[in-house]
Amino acid sequence: MINGFFIGSVYGLFAIGYTLVFGVLDILNLAHAAVFTLGGLTALWLVAAAGLSIWVAFLLAVLFSGMLGLLLDRVAFAPLRRRAGSNLSGLISSIAMAIIFESAALGIFGARTVRFPQGILVNRVWRFESVTVTSLQVEIVLSALALMLALTAFLKYTRTGKAIRAVAESERTARLLGINVDGVIALTFSISSALGGAAGILYGLYFDALAPDMGRSIELKGLAVIILGGMGSIPGAILGGIAFGLSEVLTVALTGTSNLRDAVAFTVLLVILILRPTGLLGRGRVREA
Amino acid sequence: MTVAFLSQFFAVYGSLVNFIGINALLALSLYVTLSAGQLSLGNAAFAGIGAYTAGILTMRFDVPYPVSVAAGAGLSAIIAFLIGLPVLRIRGIFLAMATLAFGEVVRIAAVNLDITGGAQGLVGIPNKTTTYTIYGVLAATVYFLAVLRGSKIGWSFAAIREDETAAMALGINTAFHKTLAFVLGAFIAGIAGAIYAHLNFIITPGEFGFSAAVQLLIYNVVGGTQSVYGPILGAFILTALPEVLRGVPLAAGPLRLGINGVILLLVILYLPNGLISFFRGLNRVS
Repeated sequence: MINGFFIGSVYGLFAIGYTLVFGVLDILNLAHAAVFTLGGLTALWLVAAAGLSIWVAFLLAVLFSGMLGLLLDRVAFAPLRRRAGSNLSGLISSIAMAIIFESAALGIFGARTVRFPQGILVNRVWRFESVTVTSLQVEIVLSALALMLALTAFLKYTRTGKAIRAVAESERTARLLGINVDGVIALTFSISSALGGAAGILYGLYFDALAPDMGRSIELKGLAVIILGGMGSIPGAILGGIAFGLSEVLTVALTGTSNLRDAVAFTVLLVILILRPTGLLGRGRVREA
Repeated sequence: MTVAFLSQFFAVYGSLVNFIGINALLALSLYVTLSAGQLSLGNAAFAGIGAYTAGILTMRFDVPYPVSVAAGAGLSAIIAFLIGLPVLRIRGIFLAMATLAFGEVVRIAAVNLDITGGAQGLVGIPNKTTTYTIYGVLAATVYFLAVLRGSKIGWSFAAIREDETAAMALGINTAFHKTLAFVLGAFIAGIAGAIYAHLNFIITPGEFGFSAAVQLLIYNVVGGTQSVYGPILGAFILTALPEVLRGVPLAAGPLRLGINGVILLLVILYLPNGLISFFRGLNRVS
């Protein structure tokens, strides 16, 4: 149960990045999982090769992921924005970027599964009754929740946050009101990617294994999470992430094997899409892509 | 001279030629669905259903090849019909997600069932598909789709793609046509899967997963969906590209993957209507 909550918070953090870009641009950014991988691998490299402490490495890797987001926007999305009906092209160009990022990860870090060095974090173990919690798990959940809260507050209270929400509502109107739409979109991409990279680091710390193809498995789960929670909804992504993590753990606990873990999750997803396509906390209308 | 060259070429590139044909067929299966404006990421799963059905029928029940291919395609179409009834009510990216979830369920089912051979896949399917079969089926499909495109049904598809609400207002039965496009796509995917199973000796669940579904979409977008030949061109170029790049000494390992990505990006950015617009010498606004 508790484990589901931990992994669910990482899913939630990953999914927020998806949902942010989708909410603003109505585009699915399939390169998000590649940024997730690169973020995790960069943090690992900074710790292992450059000898930085995990906290500094975390910050630098998150910054780096944010820069990848800017690059993504400049190269793959900005040129398409001037064209009408470019959602499908945006999807494909994000796939192209995903391939490029993944090959970069392969080329730079090699195809092996790598681990964080031992003892970079002091790992205490607490026991309550029958439940065991490690300090690493607590740190992961706290970092994930802190980032989510920071983002929510940012969107709600700051001027830039309001601009992002305005662009999400209507790009045209926002432009007419004098908002620098391209800047806002670039910023959205970099925030989204920074969060994706942060999720990659936490995921790597949690499972203690990083590989260039680790984004593949979370890519689909992230999509499932944002649908579960409602496309474009940030609280929905958090809730969906935790629900998805719990459902995985519960399925394993109830059936005794891990075979059906994903099947249950995706069946639930299919049913939700048919019954309530806007998700649990989604906006009232279904947008066309 | 020419014959000798051809036979030598075929000895070296025979399997590539076969795969191009099958990928073209798979790309066309998605083309049908796209032509009615429905973005499906489930066509790889339908190919999987066709492949497994045909493979199991041939191996376990000694069913003749044409019958098992027809059964595989038929079952794909039936499942598409059943799935399509609820799923096609939702639109756009949500439809893509729903079909994607369906594809994952199919893949996981193939991993967990006994009759499909689990994660190791179905091994030992007799090799009954020839290059002639593949290209015969491809030619028939192209002919069929070209005829369909000019028919009333084809125009209805186009109307739904451009504006579903307007199409409905014109008296087009959108639910019927969307289901038809979806089922036709699944049928073609089922055929492609079934003949692939009888070409490859072994099929595994992973081959029909998310990345395969995305690959089909890439063929269509790179080739262009303005004409039946676009997806075929896309499948041809992207299937042959890794082989062509193999000859370039610089492009080894990860770099080759990266070049694939760059080419894809360039096509998307500079040729919005796909590579086929090169050949037509025009860049029609869609």
